[in-house]
Amino acid sequence: MKILFFARLRELLGSDCFEIADADCPADVAALRAMLRLSVNAQLAESLADPNVFCAVNQKVAGEDQTLKSSDEVAFFPPMTGG
Amino acid sequence: MLSDRELEQYSRQLMLPDFRLEYQERLRASWVLVVGCGGLGSPLAIYLAAAGVGRLILADGDTVERTNLHRQILHGEADIGRSKAASAAALIGAHYPDCRVSQFTEKLQGEALNQAVASVNLVADGTDNYPTRFALNRACIRARKPLVSAAAARSEGQLATFDVAGGGACYRCLYPQEGANAALSCRDNGVLGPVVGVLGTLQALEVIKVLTGWGDSLRSRVLMMDLRSYEQNIVQIARRPDCPDCGDLD
Ligand SMILES: [Zn+2]
Repeated sequence: MKILFFARLRELLGSDCFEIADADCPADVAALRAMLRLSVNAQLAESLADPNVFCAVNQKVAGEDQTLKSSDEVAFFPPMTGG
Repeated sequence: MLSDRELEQYSRQLMLPDFRLEYQERLRASWVLVVGCGGLGSPLAIYLAAAGVGRLILADGDTVERTNLHRQILHGEADIGRSKAASAAALIGAHYPDCRVSQFTEKLQGEALNQAVASVNLVADGTDNYPTRFALNRACIRARKPLVSAAAARSEGQLATFDVAGGGACYRCLYPQEGANAALSCRDNGVLGPVVGVLGTLQALEVIKVLTGWGDSLRSRVLMMDLRSYEQNIVQIARRPDCPDCGDLD
């Protein structure tokens, strides 16, 4: 499965998306975050630990306990507060 | 009823086949609280006044600084050191005499915030930090008022409408974590003027949609834009049953 990152998260990743073998598909969003934090650089790992960095599954904001399957479209978005 | 002068002034938006006269009357009868008269609030307040919104309450506790001028287009060289709310109210009052403008030149909080929110039809958030955004969200939930929320920094922006009274999600359903002062801010991360201008302009459009019912609003959806690449995404936001701010509502 492909994990997409938006805006500055993608810059931190340094590529367009992160790929996970279908067989390794994590059970839920929390497990995905944990898996990603071990696999990406420290800055992106820190961002992913922020609960306000939200995860969308199939274009819907997902809770941490939302279950995942390998066909899901998963993306992470950064918060911003500037005005 | 709209006067002949009003029909002339708003003729180009009334010309849209599905923008009804009653929408224009609804705008005229609407009160909007604009919190933050900076990069978002500048185009937001101008477009709302120009579109015929009857009354604006402009709130900002800050004064104009030189570093604001590249993006906060309501203010100019002569306004440096002046209250942003007063500077904004003066310009809008001069250009759009039909719009009744009042101003809060102190930071809007506590009972004054609750009263201001209760007195309007809609609140538009163009502030620059989490504590104000969470406080505004709670005041809107309490008063059952829709909150049109925009943010921008660097080349990125987002826009959403939180309408708990209409069954929708609140700001905290999307951003659960209170505590931090800011995520990405213009002060610390920089921003291009037109980026925050695009978001403030879209925010004005969204306010018009929510007030009139014209078009498709972003109720319980968040639009994310990266204007560096022009990439954009819309994601649906569900009400979270365990949300600390709206979870115990009805
Ligand atoms: Zn909520």
